[in-house]
Amino acid sequence: MKKIELGRRTFIVTGASAAGGLLLGFHIPAASASAIMGDPWEAGEDGHEVNAWLAIDPDNTVTIRVGQSEMGEGVFTGMPMLVAEELQCDWSKVKAVYASANRNATTKAEPYMVAAGAAKETDGLYQRMSTGGSGAVRRSRLYLMQAGASARERLKQAAADAWGVARADVQAENGMLSSGDNTATFGEFAAAAADIQLESEPAIKTPDQYTLLGTSVARLDTPLKVNGSATYGIDVEVPEMVHAAVEVSPVPGGRLVSFDFDAVKDRPGIIAAYRLGEGGIGTLNYNLDEVANRVTGIQSGVAVIADTYYRALTALQLMPKEWDAGDYGEVSDESIIDGALEVLASPDDPTFNPAESAGDARGVIAASSNTLEATYVTPYLEHACMEPMNCTAHVTADRADIWVGTQNPARSLSVAAEEAGLPEENVHVHTTFLGTGFGRRLRQDEVRQATAIAKALGQPVKVLWSREETTKQGKFRPYSTYHFTAALDSDGRPSAYWNRIVSHSIFNHQIPQFMSNGIDNQAVEGLDSRLPYDFANRQVDYAIRDSHLPVHWWRSVGASQNAFALEGFIDELAYAAGADPVEFRLSLMPEDSEFRNPLIVAAREADWTTDLGRGEGLGVGLAEAFGTIVAQVAYVTVSRRGQLRVETIDCALDCGHVIHPKLVEMQMESSIVFGLTAALYGEIHIQNGSVVEDNFDQYLMLRMNEMPEVRTHFALSGGEKWGGIGEPAVPPVAPAVANAIFAATGKRIRRLPIRNHDLA
Amino acid sequence: MSLTLNVNGTSHTVDVEPETPLLWVLRDNIGLTGTKYGCGIAKCGACTVHVDGKKAFSCTMKASAAVGKEVTTIEGLSDDNSHPLQVAWIEEDVPQCGYCQSGQIMAAAALLAQRPDPSDFDIDSAMSDNICRCGTYVRIRRAIHRAAEIAGG
Repeated sequence: MKKIELGRRTFIVTGASAAGGLLLGFHIPAASASAIMGDPWEAGEDGHEVNAWLAIDPDNTVTIRVGQSEMGEGVFTGMPMLVAEELQCDWSKVKAVYASANRNATTKAEPYMVAAGAAKETDGLYQRMSTGGSGAVRRSRLYLMQAGASARERLKQAAADAWGVARADVQAENGMLSSGDNTATFGEFAAAAADIQLESEPAIKTPDQYTLLGTSVARLDTPLKVNGSATYGIDVEVPEMVHAAVEVSPVPGGRLVSFDFDAVKDRPGIIAAYRLGEGGIGTLNYNLDEVANRVTGIQSGVAVIADTYYRALTALQLMPKEWDAGDYGEVSDESIIDGALEVLASPDDPTFNPAESAGDARGVIAASSNTLEATYVTPYLEHACMEPMNCTAHVTADRADIWVGTQNPARSLSVAAEEAGLPEENVHVHTTFLGTGFGRRLRQDEVRQATAIAKALGQPVKVLWSREETTKQGKFRPYSTYHFTAALDSDGRPSAYWNRIVSHSIFNHQIPQFMSNGIDNQAVEGLDSRLPYDFANRQVDYAIRDSHLPVHWWRSVGASQNAFALEGFIDELAYAAGADPVEFRLSLMPEDSEFRNPLIVAAREADWTTDLGRGEGLGVGLAEAFGTIVAQVAYVTVSRRGQLRVETIDCALDCGHVIHPKLVEMQMESSIVFGLTAALYGEIHIQNGSVVEDNFDQYLMLRMNEMPEVRTHFALSGGEKWGGIGEPAVPPVAPAVANAIFAATGKRIRRLPIRNHDLA
Repeated sequence: MSLTLNVNGTSHTVDVEPETPLLWVLRDNIGLTGTKYGCGIAKCGACTVHVDGKKAFSCTMKASAAVGKEVTTIEGLSDDNSHPLQVAWIEEDVPQCGYCQSGQIMAAAALLAQRPDPSDFDIDSAMSDNICRCGTYVRIRRAIHRAAEIAGG
């Protein structure tokens, strides 16, 4: 860690913003000198900018700016690959840096990009700065490849002009330009290339022309992540910085009645305390009634400022505080979910809205003498980002600087600008590495809180939430409840299908304008018209039952829980029909269904069979999310005493195309651990209105000794399909494991987490 | 009060309360931020360091308890990513977000110091104090075996 002078930082950041992205200057170990930079607030040389996405140094180093955030998914490798594929630079001389959110806020897409049809005139310079929805490759591929292609042609034209030849006679390869006897590096023509106008922009490559894409090059960020030098938000240190520890109402919407700063203010290092939210600092108080207030509004609470974090935290913990739970002090997870189950049991409840309908499901079911019914429940979950929530801020009369591991620096910038009371052009967000995100770091509540504290203090401050505060002040994956009814014909096959869903809606909570006819289409993901299975008579109804908890996107969102319920019930239908669960699923799919091949591949690779001894089982789960279909087969063993072990997961996916097979494999493994952790252990309890779990002793995480073998199988359909990879492998895990448990034990898991069930 | 700590072979005198956890002294007072805060209760392993060569959770170890001992952090493992574990971690592309990896590597280094050629069972036993939310476990296991090979020549 280095301390740098604030004056110099201010100068450099401003300068860099004019020249290009924020360059992440850093002392890099020799082994990684060509790779990536760590500290986002100290600029280095930026070379000659050819366009907003890339700059080339005289030594031919290519600096590629990344609009997405590196939280483990590999965007600091994959995004530069998309540019480099077209640029045809020397990959060993590529550096990745974050694109500037400030520049994005103040500049529109470049004219060449608009001319190429890869951007609209109204787009920001970097188009999409949010990292979510498994969208990095599939949603930025076209414009990143265009940036590379357009830069390459400009380099060729600059060389052609200098050499007196036609552009078509200049070759660009591996960072070198050549024509006849003439050769030069890209670096030599970078300055000239920036001024070139082309009559038309080049077309980008088709997948059959890729040379770099599709290879598993080494991740650029790895060398920094094996020696402690990668800088996360929590590691930021700026001159004159002090530390804040915060505690806000344990009941969302409750309030701090009083605190006694006098009791702790004489402890060593203590500087100040601020009341947060209502009656204290901040321009937007948390309340449940208004959307803006409940998304990033500042919860009532207190911040203690000290010279070190531990002194601030200790004083905060020792300081007497009195809380008022407000209107929600009686609420429990049981009361919330029982309320939803009551609605679920009342099919004519007027708050149900149809999400999907065909034929006459209710009529067929009413007339049927043979029906199968089941109710499934999934709990609230917290993201449990490895890095506790934090944000460092410095706010002066005319400028705000924010250092944060954010999944959306553009949104961080606008929230900070609003809270600081400054125009967006005066706000600079310095994105760091993220110690995971999982959706949590899209919310920006920590950014607003830190900006408010820094503004009040008039000094740079790092606000760090303890693990306990991070967990209790989570923005939770909603609970959801499901009831399924099927009519079975004389062969035991379903002749009608009716699914009712009652859940806490994320859209209703934070983007109500996205609700459509009472339906949150994320809450019914994979259950409505997106069902993989074809029931001629089908009905899907949805009703909202929100609670006072703030809810938010959690890796794979609605699919994360819907697949558990759907694939569990489909498994029940298969057994009711006396059919093989894989064959049964295939029999419910249209012949041209995209779901078929991944399912077939997963089953084949897992040596699918239902003929295993007691205590052993295979189970299947299938889901589509973010354009990618994933099928998984879990192999589990369950001891006589009910001890479960998930031994193997075969994971087959169709994301259309793969730009980096190893990154995809890593995301499959990662998603499976994430989904398995939730399936086995994940559950947030509420008592007296507040979250019960606060640390890893209660909110359990999967560990090394529980890790199954994971085998990834590519079942790619190619063509026009470009699916995401960061999330779609989460949803199938829970049903695959639960269905395997049924195969092994005959016990059907209809409510998560699995740890609550006796499997003996 | 002031304490003197030997960290990565360098002596540091810091002004802290003696009960301050070693983690915060390393991070906030000495400026070695490679060691991470994850839970504060020795349940995630992100803060793992070595004290006199043995694995320690710096988030629950009082700084005063490290006085007179040799503390090694991730920054002290090598100057140039040349430790067999670092080489293996790079070869296998283990890290994703990377946040827990300092602790993982220090836990693995303590394991290899005791068992130069660990079995999968040894690895599971030694590494299950460390949480990785990205789920890099299979690659960690592979990289520890690889590091054992590298170290064994």
